[in-house]
Amino acid sequence: MSAVIKVEHLTKKFGGLTAVDDISFDVEEGSIFGFLGPNGAGKTTTINILCTLLNPTSGRAFVGGYDCVREPHMVRKAIGIVFQDSTLDKDLTAYENLAFHAYIYGVGRAQVRERTEDALRFVGLLDRKDDLVKRFSGGMKRRLEVARGLIHRPRVLFLDEPTLGLDPQSRTNLWEAILELPERHGVTVFMTTHYMEEAEVCGRLAIIDHGKIIASGSPGELKKAIGEDLIFIKTTDNASARARIEELSGLKPEEKDGELLFTVQRAESVIPGLLKTLAGTVLSIRFERPTLNDVFLKLTGKEIRPEAQEDSSIKEEVRAYRRRH
Amino acid sequence: MIEFYAVYVIVLRELKKFVRERSRLISTLARPLVWLFMVGAGLSRLVSPKAGMPYTQFIFPGILGMTILFSSIFSSISIIWDKEFGFLKEILAAPVRRSSIVIGKSLSGTAVSTIQTVIILMLFPVIGIKLTLAQILCTIGVSFLVAFSISSFGIVLATFYESYESFSVIMNFIVMPMFFLSGAMYPVRLLNAPLRIASSLNPLTYGVDALKNTVFTLREGPLSPDFSLGFDLLVIVLTSVLFVAVASRFFERKG
Repeated sequence: MSAVIKVEHLTKKFGGLTAVDDISFDVEEGSIFGFLGPNGAGKTTTINILCTLLNPTSGRAFVGGYDCVREPHMVRKAIGIVFQDSTLDKDLTAYENLAFHAYIYGVGRAQVRERTEDALRFVGLLDRKDDLVKRFSGGMKRRLEVARGLIHRPRVLFLDEPTLGLDPQSRTNLWEAILELPERHGVTVFMTTHYMEEAEVCGRLAIIDHGKIIASGSPGELKKAIGEDLIFIKTTDNASARARIEELSGLKPEEKDGELLFTVQRAESVIPGLLKTLAGTVLSIRFERPTLNDVFLKLTGKEIRPEAQEDSSIKEEVRAYRRRH
Repeated sequence: MIEFYAVYVIVLRELKKFVRERSRLISTLARPLVWLFMVGAGLSRLVSPKAGMPYTQFIFPGILGMTILFSSIFSSISIIWDKEFGFLKEILAAPVRRSSIVIGKSLSGTAVSTIQTVIILMLFPVIGIKLTLAQILCTIGVSFLVAFSISSFGIVLATFYESYESFSVIMNFIVMPMFFLSGAMYPVRLLNAPLRIASSLNPLTYGVDALKNTVFTLREGPLSPDFSLGFDLLVIVLTSVLFVAVASRFFERKG
């Protein structure tokens, strides 16, 4: 498969602040690509460059084979965007918002109605088409924006934190719609997210921190890369079991809630030996694979959390810079 | 074709919002009425008729200019709202020329503004002005051109401001002086040299002067227009082109 997005040594500085620092990556056509990172890591800045709303300081970016700096017009035709903050006109109806988009993206007049209604049906909002957007819930607005992003049949759909601030039910609804995109519409999805269960679904992930990509791969590969599985074991005599394990492997198991726990490289090949050693005394044994959260914690030293309001200082700095220039 | 539709749909959006928001129509119509019937009525007691023209009649073209000024600037300033509420991103990310966006926005202001100006213009019999049909049509045509130039000027202004709070700054330090120095309330030629220069740099001056040319038949005396209609229109058209070009450049710029 070919790369529909290509980023080479991309850097973006706002005054003294380096928001994106020499990043490179490819996104395959027809895949779901996730951009994972803490607040202020450079996710939105990268999306804005790819969407031609911002010029990079250096480096190059291509979408659909077009240069984001030199051929912004062609790039704009190839993409749909769902921004982090709502960009709907609340004083227009759902239908009007979508029809506006269809016209301004060059959908022929004859097709506007059909495409708009198809898109509304796809996200389950056709029966609300003549309602003003200000009467919509957060989840409905998000779905409406996804529908809008698809009207002109883009090759790539950018989703910046699409489920931020939505209740679980709306998240599930929206997520179902997103998952259908590559197959049903042949759309490549490029998204940023904070939710691990969403990141799990992405074909490939790039983890970004302080403007740099610090790891990339499929969720499985990333988890494998940090390796260690955690084994939990409960025996009739934990103290002597612990002594045996220490003696045999040099590991120092901890005891927690009546279970001994320790990390190993590959749990499935360690467990048979363990059972043999502790023959007859094992009451239960289980192990856990690392989660993406563990991967993230290990690589960045931070837990991943949804954007907090008070944590927007970098955003403020970027805004202030853009105002001055 | 896509450029044409972009302009069309931007104008359509503005008109839809204008129709839905009745209070905006009422408040923008209230201002010229207050000036015409309260300020004008008072001052006409102080200023005796010159060359047979009462003061309320003299300020009528100026009041039309005021309607255009406030309504056009207000409409263009809505770009700041669009920035604040994110809708501008939706427009800027679209595959259309930046100049189409600016022209669409200017025409939005022009349309809304011209509608209101026509409403005020129809009050001419109330203040005792006699207009022929030709004069009325010419005045509407001139209003359209003036509204376009002021709307495009408003867009240039809007590109400098990020938030809604700047609205009062624009109103007090740009729009009000533009109104007073436009010749709306008194002939520009009465001003001292520095103010006359300021007035000659004011795009609205030529708009108000053009409206005086179409509304009045008198061509000499202290209350007559300062320039010929041809000169006024030339300035209006050239400044419109300039403002659209400048605003398009600003929209092209990306941090």
